[in-house]
Amino acid sequence: MIERIKVGMASCGIAAGADEVKDFLDEKLKDKDIEITEVGCIGHCYAEPLVEVETDSGSVFFENVEPTEEDLAKLLELDEESTMSFRDERTGREHLKVTKLAGRIDPVSLDEYIEHGGYESLKKAAEMQPEEIVEEVKTSGLRGRGGGGFPTGLKWSFLAGKEAEKKILICNADEGDPGAFMDRSMMESVPHQVLEGMLIAALATGATELFIYARAEYPLAVKNINIAIEQVYENKLNVFDGKTIDITVKEGAGAFVCGEETAMIHSLEGGRGNPRYRPPYPTDEGYKGYPTLINNVETFSNVPSVIGEGGKKYAELGTENSKGTKLFALAGDLEYAGLVEVPMGLTIGEVVYDIGGAKRGEVKAVQIGGPSGGCIPAEHFDVPIDYDSLESLGAIMGSGGLIVIGSDRCMVETARYFLEFTTKESCGKCTFCRIGTKRMLETLERITSGEGTQEDIDFLEDLGPKVIDASLCGLGQTAPNPVLSTLRYFKDEYLAHVEDKHCPALQCNDLVDIYLDQDTCIECGQCIRNCPVDAISDDFVVDNEVCTRCNTCIEVCPVDAISRVKRGESNG
Amino acid sequence: MELIKSLEKDRSNLIKAIQMVQRERGYVSDQAIKDISKYFDIPTVEVEGVLSFYAQFKRTAPGEYEIAVCDGTACHIKGSSRVKGWLEEELQIEDGETTEDGLFSMETVACLGCCSLAPVVSINGKVYGKLDRKKLLKIIDDYRNRGEN
Repeated sequence: MIERIKVGMASCGIAAGADEVKDFLDEKLKDKDIEITEVGCIGHCYAEPLVEVETDSGSVFFENVEPTEEDLAKLLELDEESTMSFRDERTGREHLKVTKLAGRIDPVSLDEYIEHGGYESLKKAAEMQPEEIVEEVKTSGLRGRGGGGFPTGLKWSFLAGKEAEKKILICNADEGDPGAFMDRSMMESVPHQVLEGMLIAALATGATELFIYARAEYPLAVKNINIAIEQVYENKLNVFDGKTIDITVKEGAGAFVCGEETAMIHSLEGGRGNPRYRPPYPTDEGYKGYPTLINNVETFSNVPSVIGEGGKKYAELGTENSKGTKLFALAGDLEYAGLVEVPMGLTIGEVVYDIGGAKRGEVKAVQIGGPSGGCIPAEHFDVPIDYDSLESLGAIMGSGGLIVIGSDRCMVETARYFLEFTTKESCGKCTFCRIGTKRMLETLERITSGEGTQEDIDFLEDLGPKVIDASLCGLGQTAPNPVLSTLRYFKDEYLAHVEDKHCPALQCNDLVDIYLDQDTCIECGQCIRNCPVDAISDDFVVDNEVCTRCNTCIEVCPVDAISRVKRGESNG
Repeated sequence: MELIKSLEKDRSNLIKAIQMVQRERGYVSDQAIKDISKYFDIPTVEVEGVLSFYAQFKRTAPGEYEIAVCDGTACHIKGSSRVKGWLEEELQIEDGETTEDGLFSMETVACLGCCSLAPVVSINGKVYGKLDRKKLLKIIDDYRNRGEN
């Protein structure tokens, strides 16, 4: 018997059309005694819109559901042939700890969170001494999930040891890495878990004023976390021995650099998000001068498990120096994009090929850690995911963006893209970050447009490390990484651009011509009609002088007669 | 200023105030900057300084339909620069501009966090994914027709 129908309605689900599915179900089932609940994301984004039908004998999932009578009938009949099968390649490797409730419960139902054991850890923590909590977190080996990997327990002990009139705690929810959405998903799907982690941290450190600095582009996350905060206040879950802990959400305003802790503090204070020199560290002098602790969403989301099961048990999972699990936002050239949670120590290959379903031989590299990270070429996919192994390859764990780069992508262009991002986002304070990244970007643009020389490559190799050394904060210190790591592993592609004026991936527009194969062409005229610049003649020849390489003709050609070729080779 | 009078007059609320004005009016005018400056007793140049630091804030009126083209990594890999090109060509505006009829404005944003649906754009907050040229132009057309009706 059907007890409840759950529709995955995190941002990704809504974008895939889940709201229409939900409206449809509401309308069609309004006379039936079936509850329809909006839930968050279970991480299988490729299958969205995703619907879970809860019955008295367990749950059944349906993927890519459409608001049609046909799909509705399948749901109600629990049609076995249409149910979604969870691939063993993924389920066998995942370890759902932080995300175990994500997409399974109503995000804004406090009752449901509590029914599933929520706030038990907070209760336990409230009966412990603050030092005991800190000690437990130290024992767990938990490290900051925002990218740096600083030991969380140690950071907490810095704040806990401070005598101050007021202590501040900030949850960094300014997830700015393009291609990362772990924190968004957690806040949208299980906001109470984030709050529980923050409240435990407050008890451990004596902080009484808590902020969540959330990315402005995440309206649903902000909405859900605000509802959750209200519920916490109503139920006095933030009151301990008569003392109230305040939690406020502050929305960022679109500046990547504000993910850096001192920049974030300036932004919270109402100023420009410029980072400053450390020391003093925020735990000594932070928000408005008060000692301040900053951890990110995923770090806080781990805390209830650490306290719930104890640090020792928590530390059983993972590798020597990297404990627990890590969330990755898996996207790019692969079959099953989504949010995955894997134990530390799993290899990149297992994540990319087995979980992500990317095809062996069709993947060139992964970009890990976003614009601050680096690429890891396919031949190193046997490396385990832990902080130290990734660093030894010139990449970083980062916050969890994992982009799979297919064989047909240009690595020089990829590096250019990341540098364009960091150049735009540099706050301008440090000369090497402000101007150095700009010079590197111009150099890369020369290379991708076919104007580059060997000296340009030497210049990049020389300037990159200087930008790293002469920048104050993490943005500048990591900005050259995508360039340096592609130079390390894909120098041949740089050389091809420079020496042969050839983009091996045929991606860089200035090095590519469009070729129409007249033998394959059926003269349907689609390309001529759709070309925005009239570059194709009536007798089906492409004028590459006029063509803008927009790819429209390639997309509309029904027989694949048009393709991108090396510049100068369009005449057969 | 009526709009922000619920805020405590503390400097830490400055960004919040600018956000409230923009949410209500779509952009922040010269007059609004003066009003905010007066409210918090901060020089206008500082308000402008903070405002110009953050990508979210607009100093000119956006279109009725605000298009955000995602240029996050996943979208970039999946061809967001083409998506942008299609829009530029269709609407005859560039990044950050508004069409003459005031119907559409377009800007690129870092990441909308819907990477599994790349490439995506959002129009007034509603996300459209897995775009190709045809699908995109149809969406634009739908909005245009909505404007006419």
